[in-house]
This record gives sequence, structure tokens and C-alpha cells, in this order.
Amino acid sequence: MKAGALAGRRLAALLAPFVAGVAVGAVVTFVLPRPSSAGSEGTVPFYGEHQAGIATPSQSFAFVAAFDLTTNSRNDLRELMKRWTLIAARLTAGTDEQSVSGSPLSPPSDTGETFGYEPCRLTVTFGAGPSLFDGRFGLSSLRPAALVDLPPFLGDRLRPELSNGDLGVQICADDTQVAFHALRELVRAARGLAVLRWSQQGFRPTPEANAGHQTARNLQGFKDGTLNVDSSDASLMNTVVWADGSDGTLWMKGGSYLVFRRIRMHIEVWDRSSLHDQENTIGRHKETGAPLGSSRESDTLPLFVGQQGSPVIPEDAHVRLAHGDGSEQILRRPYSFANGIDPRTGELDAGLLFICFQRDPREQFIPIQERLAKSDALNEYIAHVGSAIFACFPGTRKGGYIGETLLN
Amino acid sequence: MRMVCKISLATSAALIALGLSAFAEKVGSMKSDAGITEAYRAYAIHECNALVISTRALARALTAGNLDQAKRLYLSTRMAYERIEPIAEALGSLDPDIDGRDGDVPAAQWRGFHRIERILWTGKESETLQTYTTRLLDDVTLLRAKLDNVEITIPALALGAVDLLNEVATSKITGEEERYSHTDLYDFAANVEGARKIFDLLEPRVKAKDPALAAATEANFQKVSQALDRYKKGSDYALYMSLSTADTKTLAQAVDALADPLSKVAALMGAAK
Repeated sequence: MKAGALAGRRLAALLAPFVAGVAVGAVVTFVLPRPSSAGSEGTVPFYGEHQAGIATPSQSFAFVAAFDLTTNSRNDLRELMKRWTLIAARLTAGTDEQSVSGSPLSPPSDTGETFGYEPCRLTVTFGAGPSLFDGRFGLSSLRPAALVDLPPFLGDRLRPELSNGDLGVQICADDTQVAFHALRELVRAARGLAVLRWSQQGFRPTPEANAGHQTARNLQGFKDGTLNVDSSDASLMNTVVWADGSDGTLWMKGGSYLVFRRIRMHIEVWDRSSLHDQENTIGRHKETGAPLGSSRESDTLPLFVGQQGSPVIPEDAHVRLAHGDGSEQILRRPYSFANGIDPRTGELDAGLLFICFQRDPREQFIPIQERLAKSDALNEYIAHVGSAIFACFPGTRKGGYIGETLLN
Repeated sequence: MRMVCKISLATSAALIALGLSAFAEKVGSMKSDAGITEAYRAYAIHECNALVISTRALARALTAGNLDQAKRLYLSTRMAYERIEPIAEALGSLDPDIDGRDGDVPAAQWRGFHRIERILWTGKESETLQTYTTRLLDDVTLLRAKLDNVEITIPALALGAVDLLNEVATSKITGEEERYSHTDLYDFAANVEGARKIFDLLEPRVKAKDPALAAATEANFQKVSQALDRYKKGSDYALYMSLSTADTKTLAQAVDALADPLSKVAALMGAAK
């Protein structure tokens, strides 16, 4: 079929409703009633002192995406953040505003794949990458000192197409389609102002699978997050996660720094290594999650005890190096990924989207990762292939917009 | 047996000069632990001697300004090393010193094969070529010296064979190892040869305990060799850049199919790192 013929048919199909008597230019609105059973437990408040999606207990699915701006205007950037704020507020509330409105000749105002669905604890979290402060928007002097370019770590195999970006967005929900819908609406709203640089998708065990509420297991089969920061502990969150005006950047008060690393796991290699090797690599027992030499997951890491003074947990075990002396803490919110196969090897392209939040990466993520990159036994089985850092803005009130403390 | 072991420990280097392979085979067939580990030591020493000699030749070619010859020698020198890589990995910092890639070690400490590779193939920092070649010669000479006394165990050998294939699967087949010369398939072949040598030494034991596993491993070694032979011409292998993703995928999947039974061989030999 010729292209022209196809176009003709499509045009005819588009016009068909009007032949049937609908006036061109009429506004058609479909409003979908929201099921009355919808409980508040299905929504995470969007507005507040902090952005949602940080202290929020991890949802089951996530999209992490980065955008590059295609404009040099600060007004455009402000406009984009305002648009995004409204979309995020609407979608996370899952409200009565779910509607198709506008002319039948226009594309629907909402793409529609979640009409009538629950918001499933949807959260949308926005952040600014270091490149936002490169001078295009006159923001250079406002770059937070803590928003460093991450240094190269030993063994990095970073791919530019999976790294960095002017703006970062973390979208989480207990349903993949709901999360994807939010990403899609953000991309649409950014048209002409910003383009997607990358988008990566992750998952965690759902409450249905993990009925016993164990610490979630990653794709190496180990519990991951046993010693994580308790995000319901407000005072700990203030110490570890939330930036403060006294840190030197007023506009980041109540915000947090997100470090993202895409960690490819060579799971084929991992799967043919012995249980003994796997447990010594991690430093915990696979089944129980207990530290080597202990029986319960909650037992403290026996870092320096053992027969003849030799450590029970090897010197190069992952938990030992990640823990260090315990002075660096981060809030981890990781998701696993499985992205088809690596075309070069036919092996599964799977691993971990490591996401963590902190008050200052220079004092938290970076020293931890430097230790791990240098000596971690796990390095034999993984490679860091993507990387990004974002200054996640403070929250906002109704009527305000995310990013206002920087852009107003 | 104990006597054989002592003799080989004390005189392995000299025996190599006398043509050791026949001796090693004989010791291997005796099936004692020491017989097997000393046969492997002899093999490692043989390869390491070749490594030292070849590195010296590389240094001479550079002194003479013969870059084409130096590039050829780079390949054969690499292969000698890659056959016995697990034993160097067991010796602390020697592997990163000899075989570290850019970004694997702190920039100030980066030396060894891949530093030389970058200079030879890109011309970058060519004034440092002699320095790094001399340094490599020191490092491989040190490796050779350590081989006489390094502890070798059956489980470690069996795991070493799996590690060689894991290396192939994670870095050689993705073209990350020889990123300037694109000669990854030479390393690939050498890693497989090194793993094959270990399996040959262990095979009588594997056969006795689990004949089906021995047969499966053997069959998959042959499949890998056949897959690799498609890219071999004389003693040369195709450059990585000339391979399609379909080519690398076929090779990688053959390696995975071999590494899995080989890891079971390691378990059978009591291996647990």
C-alpha cells in the first residue's frame, strides 16, 4: 500500500464521527467515576515538606528516568516544573479529575491507560542533575556543593546512554502500568522543552509474593536492606536523609540527594558459584540473611570476632565493606531489573537499580562506594554500567510547584 | 608419590628445560593430589617461562623500534599469561599489576599489558613505552619466581578452570579486555586452553566419580573449540571488531554451556572458595 493511500484512509476514519452528526469543535468530556471503595491507603500525599517517594515505604515497581532540557530559558524550565507538578499531583491522588476532555479532533488530554484504576501508592519524585547548573539557566551559583559530579570509581563500566541527565524523575507504584502512565504523561508534557535521556524499569517482590514481609531479596537471592535506615524514624531521617539549610544550600532545605547506579549482575557466573562462595562474598547466610557466624537476620555483624582472632565475615565481604565503621548511612530504595538479554552474549541483562538518598553524598555514598569499588568480593560478579546524581527538591504546598525554591 | 612431589618441587624448572610435558602427563595419570597439582605447576612454569622470554623479546623489539613485531609479540605474550591467569590471581596484586585495565586500578598505579597495549595501538604517551615494558618484565619475572612455591590445591585448580571461563564470558566476549587492539579472541582461546589443561589433569578423577559429568564437560569443551575455530586462521584469530553480535552470542553461549558442568566438576573436587 502506498503511503498516500494509508493517509487517506486514516483521515476518513478520523472524520467518520462527524459525518454521523457531531459538530466539529464540540468539547466532549468523559469523566470516569472513581470506585467508592478506594481507600486512602492506596494514595501517598503529594504535597508536604518533603517530596513523596523518599521516606515512602518502597512500592513494588519503579521507573527511573532522566531528561535533558532542549531550551535554555529559565522561564521554560519553570513552566515545565509547574506542568509536571500538576500532573504528578493529579495522578498520585488518583482523583475525580481523571478525565478525557477536549475536542474529539484533539488527542485525549490523558493517555487513558489508567482510567478507572487505583493510584496504587504512586509517587513521583523530581531532582536536578549537575548539568542543570552549567550556565544555560543562570543557575551556576546555586549549585549545591553536595551535588558533586560522582568521581570515577574503580571498575566502572558506565554507559553514557544509561547515565546522568539535567532532570531526574523517580516514579514508583504498586502497579507497573500506573507507574508507566505517569512517566508517559511527564514525557508528553515535556515535549518541546525537554527530552527523555534514558528510562529504566525496576521491580521488587510484591506483598502478595512476600506475604511474610521478609527483607526483600535481590536477584542474587540474598536479603538486601537488613541494615537499612528506618524511614519512619523522623529524627534519623533528619540526620541521614534530609538536607538542611545549614548545609549551605538554602533551596535544598527539606530535599535530599539521590544517587543512582545501574548495577549489572553477571547472574550466570553467580549461579555457578558455590553457596559457600556466595555467602562469603556477601557476608550473610543466603536463606536466613543472618550475618555469617550468626543465626538471626537481626544479629549485629560480627565484624572482628572469630576463632584465633580471624574474622568470621571475610575482609572483602560485601556487608563488611558496605558497613565500614558504621559512620556512613544512606537510605536505600533499590529495585531489581531484568531487561531482556545482552545481545552480545545472550546472557540475561539483569541486576539492580541501586537508588539511595542522603543529606550529602560526599560524606555518605561516595566513601562507601570507594571502599566497595576497591575491595568488594562482589565485584567479580557485577559491573556498574549506569550512574546519576540528582538533588531532589524539597516538597511543596498546593498552589506551589516542585522546584520553586530554586527557580523563583 | 611423596618423592615424586619433592623432586618436582625442587627441580621443576630444570625439568621443563628437559621437556616436561611427558613427565607431567605421567604424574597426572597417577591420580594422587600431589601428582595432579605438581603437573599443573609444571605446566604453569612452562607457560610462565614462555611469558618471561616473550616479554623480553617484546622489550627488544621496542628498543629496535620495530612496532609491528612488538604488536605480534604482544599477542603471544598475552596468551602465555592468559593460560595461567588463575595462578597469578592467587598471588595478590600481581594480576592487577600485570593485567589491570584502565579504570580497574588507581590511575597512578596503572601499568602492565593493557597500558602497553594502549601505547602500541593508539600511540598515546609513546615515550613511556620502554618504562612500562621494563616494569612488565619485572612483574612477570616475579610471578615466575613465585610459582616454585605457591600452594596449589585440587579444589583451587578446579575453581581456577571455572574462573577462566567466567573471565571469557564477562570480559573477553564483550570486547572489554583488549579495547585498543581488539585481540580479545586470542585471550579467549588462551583462557579456554588453560581451563582445558586443568580439566585434562582432573578428568580421570571426574570419570571415576561421575562419568556423565566428565562426558558432558568434554563434549562442551569440543563445542567451544569448534565455535572458536571458525574465527581462526593459522595461529591467528579474527579481531573482535569483525565479529557480529550473532557471532559473539554464539561464542558466549557455548562458554556458558561449558562453564556450568565445569563448576560441577569443581564441586565434585571439593571446591568451595
